[in-house]
Amino acid sequence: MNKQLAWGVGLAALVALPFVYRDPYHLHILVLILIWSFAYTSWSMMGRFGLVSLGHGGFMGVGAYVTALLWNHLGVSPWIGIPAAMLCAGVLALIVAYPCFRFRITGHYFALVTLALSGIVLQIIIATRDYTGGSLGYTPERTKGSHIVALQFDDKVVWYLIALGIWAGGLAIWYWIDRSMSRYAMEAISEDEDAAAAAGVNVTAEKLRITVLSAVMTAMAGALYGQYQMFISPDTVSGIAVSLQMVFAAVVGGIYVALGPTVGAIITILLAEVLRIGFGTKAVGWDNLVYGVLLVLFIIFLPKGILGSLLAWLKSPSKHRDG
Amino acid sequence: MMEIFDIYLLEALVNGILLGGVLALLALGLNLIFGVIDVTWICYAELVMIGMYGMYYLFSVYGLPYWVAAPICILLVAALGAALHFLVIEPLLGAPPINQLLATGGVLFVLQSFATVAFGIDFRNLGIRLPVLALGEMHFSYARLLAFVAALIGMVAVYLFMTRTYTGTAIRAIAQDRQIMALMGVDTKKIYLVTSALGGGLAGLAACLLVLQYDVHPFVGLSFGPITFLICVLGGLGNFVGGFVAAFLFAEIISLGGLFSDLEWGYVLAFAFFIVMMFIRPAGLLAKRS
Repeated sequence: MNKQLAWGVGLAALVALPFVYRDPYHLHILVLILIWSFAYTSWSMMGRFGLVSLGHGGFMGVGAYVTALLWNHLGVSPWIGIPAAMLCAGVLALIVAYPCFRFRITGHYFALVTLALSGIVLQIIIATRDYTGGSLGYTPERTKGSHIVALQFDDKVVWYLIALGIWAGGLAIWYWIDRSMSRYAMEAISEDEDAAAAAGVNVTAEKLRITVLSAVMTAMAGALYGQYQMFISPDTVSGIAVSLQMVFAAVVGGIYVALGPTVGAIITILLAEVLRIGFGTKAVGWDNLVYGVLLVLFIIFLPKGILGSLLAWLKSPSKHRDG
Repeated sequence: MMEIFDIYLLEALVNGILLGGVLALLALGLNLIFGVIDVTWICYAELVMIGMYGMYYLFSVYGLPYWVAAPICILLVAALGAALHFLVIEPLLGAPPINQLLATGGVLFVLQSFATVAFGIDFRNLGIRLPVLALGEMHFSYARLLAFVAALIGMVAVYLFMTRTYTGTAIRAIAQDRQIMALMGVDTKKIYLVTSALGGGLAGLAACLLVLQYDVHPFVGLSFGPITFLICVLGGLGNFVGGFVAAFLFAEIISLGGLFSDLEWGYVLAFAFFIVMMFIRPAGLLAKRS
């Protein structure tokens, strides 16, 4: 009961925040943190079960580009465009993941195949530069009509509330899975696929379900990011760098706990901002340098992530000292 | 049918073979690491990038002749490979494989941003323009020919090392059975380190060859890193011959695809081919059917 109360109070405080405090820069950072937290949470849904995907940059790119292309070229509202983009990402995930799971491609192989996927999406975006603007990036056209239909808002408070809702939705899905049979099935699969199959788990179907869910959510994060920033480029929403960035943030925060990816997003985005403000244009590269070193150190010394290790330590300080 | 088999097609075919040589070299290095240590270096192409910068500095800034700079560069990247193993992989040998993969992903970030910070994001090249070889109507660059020949020599050298020396034999034995070799009195730690240095050395050789054809910048690794992974998976991770065949298949698809449209579509075609092959031969091109 106590926990639910804490959640309720926390959420209410977050909803009330923009009505009390509305510095545009800080709200901007919060919106970014919420959108990326949602993306990282989506990644961790698979990652926590040992399905390490390096292809989520691809799903994110599909989400952002399909939505923007539909809007610019066909005038389709993002209210239809985003579900369409999510559908595309889901189908893409099916096409790639089905053979992987059907033929028992796991571990390294799965990571490399998905890595290739984000490479494909990146190359297609660049190759179709006549439509997508290639590596120069792409801007959804400003609406002349209704802001609601176009899902374009100038007020950061609106975006903050949207991002907050999506983020909370992501956490709700996390809990829903956490308490479902799927979770036990997936945990069994990640321990030993053969044993899980022998115990009556439909291994391929279970893995596919979680993968498609994760891909669809990631596409949604990409679409929202595009709508919010009003500018997308292969570097910011697609490709291998984005995929690795997701993995990194999720691992730093902790992929086995619900708020881990959120903690990861807060740490990485604040780090990037602090470095950017501190060094100005000289910061180019420094943030990633710090990220990379931290990632390596984390995987060697704190594989459960910051939040994960902290929670384990709080539960029983003696048992989990080696973390 | 003769019209289709025109001179451009032939030129693209030959260029594909020439490209395949360097890709096969990269795939060999990655397969070696995977086969022996059971680790995938996601940052492999970034080692090549560092090697290309090494060549740039040795050749253009310090003014060493190419033939002196190249061996230094190969040794440098070999040392980097050994350091990567010693610092990052060794502490993680007992960890789940996926952690090792992610750690090398972190190294990718480090190397890329290190290059950005240290060398800037400008495109640089050696400023050597090798002549173009004209065969009838076809044109081939010497840089590519040289790269192809050197890559082949490099691969033969590795083959001889693996089959004719004690260390090479031990490396192959470990690839077959990791546990037993330690009991047979082979120092696995040393073998791992030698293998990593060898893998790094191959990346260094590839760097010396690629720098003749391409400009170097901090993100150059992304343009051939993913292809190398695809080639290794297509050939079967750790399968040297499979990787070799897959490299040439891929190079041909990219080269021929690029003939009919932009180069990017060559890549897209190659990726699509890869996914189809995953359905047909998931364990690699040369895997035995079960």
